[in-house]
Amino acid sequence: MLLTRVLQIALTLAILSFCAFALIALMPGDPIEVAIAGDPRLTAEDAARLRALHGLDRPFPERYLAWATGLLQGEFGYSRLFAQPVAALLGPALLSTVALAGSALTIALALGIALGALSASRPRTAPAVDAIAVMGQAMPTFWLGILLIIAFAVTLGWLPAGGVAEAGAGLHYLVLPVATLAIAHLAAYARHSAASLEATLTEPWIRTARARGAPERIVLWRHAFPNAALPVLQIAALDAGALAGGALVTETVFARPGMGKLLYDAVMGNDTNLALVALLLVALVTMLATLAADLAQRALDPRLRER
Amino acid sequence: MMLRAAALFLALAAPAAAQPRDTLTIGITQYPSTFHPNIENMAAKSYVLGFARRPLTAYGADWRLACLSCETLPSLENGGAVRETTPEGKPGIRVTYRLREGLRWGDGTPVSAEDLRFAWEAGREAATGFGPAEYYRSAYELIVEDPRTVTIRFDRVTFEYASAGDFQPLPAHVERARWRADPRAYRTRTAYDTETTNPALWNGPYRIAAVQPGASVTLERNASWSGAAPQFRRITIRTVENTPALEAQLLAGQVDMIAGELGLPLEQAIALERRTGTRFRITYRPGLIYEHLDVRHDHPALSDRRVRQALLLATDRAQITERLFAGRQPIADTSVNPLDPMHDADVRRWPFDLVRARALLDEAGWTPGPDGVRRNAAGERLSLEFMTTAGNRGREAVQQVLQGMWRQAGIEARIRNEPPRVLFAETLSRRRFQGLALFAWISAPESVPRSALHSDEIPREDRNWSGQNYGGYRNPEMDVLTHAIPEELDPARRREMWRRLQAIYAEDLPAIPLWFRADAHVWPQWLEGVRPTGHLNASTLWAEEWRAR
Repeated sequence: MLLTRVLQIALTLAILSFCAFALIALMPGDPIEVAIAGDPRLTAEDAARLRALHGLDRPFPERYLAWATGLLQGEFGYSRLFAQPVAALLGPALLSTVALAGSALTIALALGIALGALSASRPRTAPAVDAIAVMGQAMPTFWLGILLIIAFAVTLGWLPAGGVAEAGAGLHYLVLPVATLAIAHLAAYARHSAASLEATLTEPWIRTARARGAPERIVLWRHAFPNAALPVLQIAALDAGALAGGALVTETVFARPGMGKLLYDAVMGNDTNLALVALLLVALVTMLATLAADLAQRALDPRLRER
Repeated sequence: MMLRAAALFLALAAPAAAQPRDTLTIGITQYPSTFHPNIENMAAKSYVLGFARRPLTAYGADWRLACLSCETLPSLENGGAVRETTPEGKPGIRVTYRLREGLRWGDGTPVSAEDLRFAWEAGREAATGFGPAEYYRSAYELIVEDPRTVTIRFDRVTFEYASAGDFQPLPAHVERARWRADPRAYRTRTAYDTETTNPALWNGPYRIAAVQPGASVTLERNASWSGAAPQFRRITIRTVENTPALEAQLLAGQVDMIAGELGLPLEQAIALERRTGTRFRITYRPGLIYEHLDVRHDHPALSDRRVRQALLLATDRAQITERLFAGRQPIADTSVNPLDPMHDADVRRWPFDLVRARALLDEAGWTPGPDGVRRNAAGERLSLEFMTTAGNRGREAVQQVLQGMWRQAGIEARIRNEPPRVLFAETLSRRRFQGLALFAWISAPESVPRSALHSDEIPREDRNWSGQNYGGYRNPEMDVLTHAIPEELDPARRREMWRRLQAIYAEDLPAIPLWFRADAHVWPQWLEGVRPTGHLNASTLWAEEWRAR
């Protein structure tokens, strides 16, 4: 099973790389044309010279093959937009995104599951949990981010309004963006946990556990939760993949460099090398996260192992 | 005991209270894609590098050319420039620059003629990948006269002969070996991008001490700087692309000032000023960004000058700038800015006059139809496609207002907007727009608008779609003027030619002039000495004059 999935991932990446390369090549306006529009001093001669220098005068298949061959040899290329090797740009961006999205996902998952359990085990709290979930899902991230900045940075002055620390970990710079992202994601976890736990708590083996005199806490967390966690795990895996692509809006509002911003700039700036490697990296993380979720599900549910 | 405690408190408190501010944090909306002075051309890079390096010459806040790292501006009068004939028999000129004494790179190495020679050699080599290379193509020889003096020979004589433009010393002791190893790979190997914090790269009052790609650049005083001592020990430039977020950082005190060159849109700055009163000092500086309507001259209606004049007469620009921009953006009569020394104050103006606009349209054969839109004799409606950059809220608002105003004159505008990269790189440059396009040109002081007005500059496939005369404007006299002005060295005669150019522009309306964009510079009340220029030479080139009160 594992070998098949790994082969699937490799094939998907190969197809994706070609499609993404073609799409970027088909986008209107190459970087030189954009530069000409912004600088009247660039002559036709300059344009031809720069296009040749950047390899933009070569046909599409030739460019793709050169890029793919380089990639297979471990050469990620050079970012035209940031004047840096692609690998040097991806590392810090990915780290920043992992810090932001990882913290947000962990908090959203923990709070979402706790709220779901509360709703399932104490039905009177369900309307309140539902209200929190609806608010979290309905609020646009951009608006929520600005709201938190106005409250905690501008008005109270407790936390920075954005950016990153010039030195050190700068954990206080993470608080508001993590909160924004966590609030946006916890709603889904709360609702799915609640629905799944509610269904599981009516199963016969739960009644048996209660009849044996198991305390409600043990019934909820030891007996019901492992079964109820399966759909939540699947959603978390998909979210992890999506967040590896960066939380563009959150990163933009809080002026945090990360994968989302990097990818957006690379695509908009026609920086083919950077855009493609970043896209492939995001796709790889998404597929690996889904694979990890499948493996975790099989570990939790013996029925899946038997298939 | 109490007195002793009070004295101790005062002793501790006094130095802190007297301590002058020695750091400054600036917010801008763009991050430089490279730190090399000659590769790529972008405002963020010019702004940041203004602190850390000094070009030979630059235009000041008074829009006059001045020496920054040279001793005297070369001229025909002082002998620094001499007219001559090139070896090919063409009229040429030789210009001599002498570097200012005491100018050093951050590692203590003197800035020398060798650094200029290296910059010239790299610029002349096509594979190096410098941006506009016209200067280097024209500068066919560089002679090192002594360790601080070079003479450059040009095969073309223009009135801008004293301006070195982007040509400036590059540290040969750091960069020459990298460039020689492989000129094609130089742009990926330059120390400006691989060792940005190397002090040897910087010769300005500051040097780049730290970079966080995409986020911030930190500058510290350059110990080797021999000019006036800058006050701030450290300057941090933060990039915040989202302007509401940038404003939030300003209000939260994370940034002290927002640079006008790359800061808040005018309408946002005006709203900020209304809300915050005197907390910040906001200065509006009109500049060289010329908002206008490009006109498709082979359009059946727009090819008639009277229709273009009627469009302008039906546009109440004074009301738009007053209502949308609090009157901060000066109305344009032509593409020549009123701050430009060559501006003609007596040029024809077209104030809002709906009656006259209607009369001109009648005269041109466009009479009101049953739906209020005018028609010609063939029954064709006076309906124009009207494009601008999608997502630019300011321009989209202007577009809506113009649509309403023109409707009063019987002209229908059909709005069709496109993202900037599609509009500029495809629709305009390949001349696929059908009527009007609202966008801006940026130029330099006394910049001759040849690329926008000369008929040779109409983009064509055989010229690789270069040129910016997107509308297809043709006027033989304008062709002669845009060719002759750069070659006229006598300022009085040149002024007369500029006057004629503006007269033709105002009468012929190759483009419909709207206004010159103003930059909003947001400073703390305690900051002094920043002089916005309004052109491409950023205010940071004079950062040593910045002071905290």
